Amino acid sequence: MTIPPAAAEPLWHLGSLPLTNAMINGWIAVVFFVCAAFVLRHILRERPSGFQNLAEALVEFFLDQIEKVTGDKARARKFLPIVGTIFLFILFSNWLGLLPGTGSIGIWEMIHGEKELVPLLRPAASDLNLTLAIALFAVIASHIFGILSVGPLHHVGKFINIAGIIKSLKKGPIAILVAVIEFGVGFIEIISEMAKVLSLSLRLFGNIFAGEVLMTVMLGLFSFFLPIPFIFLEVLVGAIQATVFAMLTLAYLTVATTPHTQEEHA
Amino acid sequence: MDAETIVILTKGLTIAIGGFGPAISIGLIGAKAMEGIGRNPEASGKLFVPMLLGMAFAEAIAIYSLVVSFTL
Repeated sequence: MTIPPAAAEPLWHLGSLPLTNAMINGWIAVVFFVCAAFVLRHILRERPSGFQNLAEALVEFFLDQIEKVTGDKARARKFLPIVGTIFLFILFSNWLGLLPGTGSIGIWEMIHGEKELVPLLRPAASDLNLTLAIALFAVIASHIFGILSVGPLHHVGKFINIAGIIKSLKKGPIAILVAVIEFGVGFIEIISEMAKVLSLSLRLFGNIFAGEVLMTVMLGLFSFFLPIPFIFLEVLVGAIQATVFAMLTLAYLTVATTPHTQEEHA
Repeated sequence: MDAETIVILTKGLTIAIGGFGPAISIGLIGAKAMEGIGRNPEASGKLFVPMLLGMAFAEAIAIYSLVVSFTL
């Protein structure tokens, strides 16, 4: 029994670019969705049937759920491609990693003088690079949407609140004090933006990687019946983590595109 | 104690202590959600997603310690 290492193992090298086993799994998911999109476009009919029914039901369900958070249809339609894609991609790649063969079929290679099995497949989200990329994309997208919808000055003003200080100068000492504190809070907001990326990426990576380690340990203890409840748990975790990632992305997007209401302080 | 032993001990302690708080908080979130559903069964659909989000935030702390214990 070999516990999978925290970093994805490179299988081949393209020049200096390593091709890792997590990348293969990620690309399977990408190819699946691209193929699904082409098939869907080909079978598109006035009277939907089969696969088109499923896709339409999914899109409508997502739109409904997103609208509950954003509160209006226009933003729900705008965020659907980002949030829906993130959800489906993470869900699919998580569940893809649960299929038999992931982590057990591989190539024997010499690593550090020892013969080790390098698996051909590894859950895509158990590579920190992938989760970090999605998290960065989500947070940066929220900033771009924020700048586009509330204006660059207003958006930057959420973090560096100079306008608040200038406004408060007319109102007296207590208002100035409050404005200075809000200015400091703005800097904490900048740090919390970085913490968003960190916690989003580490949460998904940690959950999926821990699941992989758990499955390896359980299969190593006893191969029959014992891993079944844990596989069920992993199916749940895969769905929940995809939901959480998509919901948090949606929450960030919604908060960034909501104008910051300047409450009047006494 | 040599360095190797301390590393193994620290790994175990990290996940043990780091899992302690999140376990309690996830239990509390779940208990409160159940209480809310018990009082108002129609609210179960509305409670589910916020409950999951809250649990995910609490769980994140445990995941941090897990990552730390893996990287040690």
